Amino acid sequence: MNDERQLRGRTAIVGVAESDLGEVGPGVTALDLAAQAAGRALDDAGLTIADVDGLFAHSAFFPMPTVVLGERLGIRPRYSDSTATGGSSFLTHVRHAAAAIEAGMCEVALIVYGSNQRSASGGLVASSQSYIPSYEVPFGARLPVSAYALAAARHMHEFGTTREQLAEVAVAARGWAQLNPVAFEQGDLSIDDVLGSRMVSSPLTVRDCCLVTDGGGAIVLTSAERARDLPQAPVYYLGGAEAQTHMYISQMPDLTTTAAKQSGARAFDLAGLKPSDVDVVQVYDAFTINVLLFLEDLGFCAKGESGDFVSGGGIAPGGHLPVNTNGGGLSYCHPGMYGIFTLIEAARQIRGQAGDRQVPDTHVGLAHGNGGMLSSQVTVLLGDESVL
Amino acid sequence: MTPDLPGTALPADLTDTPTSQGGPHPAYQALLAQDVLGFQACGACGRAVFSPRERCSHCGADALSWRASAGRGTIYSTSVITPRDKPAYAVVLVDLDEGYRMMSRIVDAEAASVRIDDRVEVRFVAAGDEVLPMFTPDGGPR
Repeated sequence: MNDERQLRGRTAIVGVAESDLGEVGPGVTALDLAAQAAGRALDDAGLTIADVDGLFAHSAFFPMPTVVLGERLGIRPRYSDSTATGGSSFLTHVRHAAAAIEAGMCEVALIVYGSNQRSASGGLVASSQSYIPSYEVPFGARLPVSAYALAAARHMHEFGTTREQLAEVAVAARGWAQLNPVAFEQGDLSIDDVLGSRMVSSPLTVRDCCLVTDGGGAIVLTSAERARDLPQAPVYYLGGAEAQTHMYISQMPDLTTTAAKQSGARAFDLAGLKPSDVDVVQVYDAFTINVLLFLEDLGFCAKGESGDFVSGGGIAPGGHLPVNTNGGGLSYCHPGMYGIFTLIEAARQIRGQAGDRQVPDTHVGLAHGNGGMLSSQVTVLLGDESVL
Repeated sequence: MTPDLPGTALPADLTDTPTSQGGPHPAYQALLAQDVLGFQACGACGRAVFSPRERCSHCGADALSWRASAGRGTIYSTSVITPRDKPAYAVVLVDLDEGYRMMSRIVDAEAASVRIDDRVEVRFVAAGDEVLPMFTPDGGPR
């Protein structure tokens, strides 16, 4: 009988890249940014479009993303996957690609995202339009932020978590961003700054919310055999898992426990690792509460204790756990669906190519994506040759 | 054996019953238009289901029927939204006594005074062509 553990170490990330980030201007489309990131990731991998036979993408800006991208890039893949689980899609794509490569359905997988939401609209561009009735929008909920605000309020109620502890997450992200030259926000940020900024949906202020930027990212994944002949040190896929509990926040069974509890436990089991083995953690921080929930659900601290865990700069540079070392969606880059950037940063840290923000002796990285409104949770564990 | 269902049977004097509607959502709206907070209950597992749907999402059975909620519940979470040009309002998740949860909005109370665990009761509020179930504090024990 097949066992998913056979995927451990059988594929590796061999190329990563960002497109131009920040605000690219009105003439550059989401497709342009996606294609730019794809080209740079292939350059990084020492491969060309002729090598790619698996194409993976999701987009809020163009339909049939892999078909559109295939035409633009000049790739005619024999394996195509546009799985849409919101911001977690790209972590889902990594797991699907690892399985497809192992099964011989493709050999070189290119995973791509691009968005010009800041230049195009100045606001969040939703993953797709919905034609089914909403039981939330008519009440004036400011979605998605109100969904996360409701989770934050419940977490504060149940565990005594404070707004200051939420703010610690934003301040830590800014500290890391100040070490990343391509991060969008570089200015100093204090807890008082976060608490005193405009309230969007209580208890979350605008500084508890992710940025609205342009940007794209791409990843090349291939077999471990082929990876060893390529220029970059392979970043091996060790395990990955997907879980979901709901789409709409009013359908979430427990607002203080996400499906990351399942995805994290399964990914660690498949990788044969535990949270204390992880050197860097990259989680989708759409809002400050996300980081608290994911640190608990992924097993880095007990349920209800994340507020204390992040206090006093616990996840900032120099803290006890490096989290979102690129500055995250809160301070580095957030072009709508951030998931791919968790993978790019984890890979760079494992390669030792993260510049001033490099965490010494990084061998294992965790990337975690969130999609919808705490709805879809996908965890991927990556590592260098020493952990095979 | 048929389980006991949460809620009560629909009022007998309804002029427009769900069975005359085309799908779960219009049925729900038709009940709201008659000041009935409807929800579905499963004849197989006995559990409440919301939002309206075709089959039970607890057990998968094709055995849903419409029931009437008493419209009373407890606030599970709340968030205050302050628009630039309008008064602040509280968006809430309400746990209805019949065993299901819905999003709603607080009316006839200060948004900032709304607390988790507050008891609330339904108010039917006209909004354009439809009626929305909103909630107000019922003054009961916190």
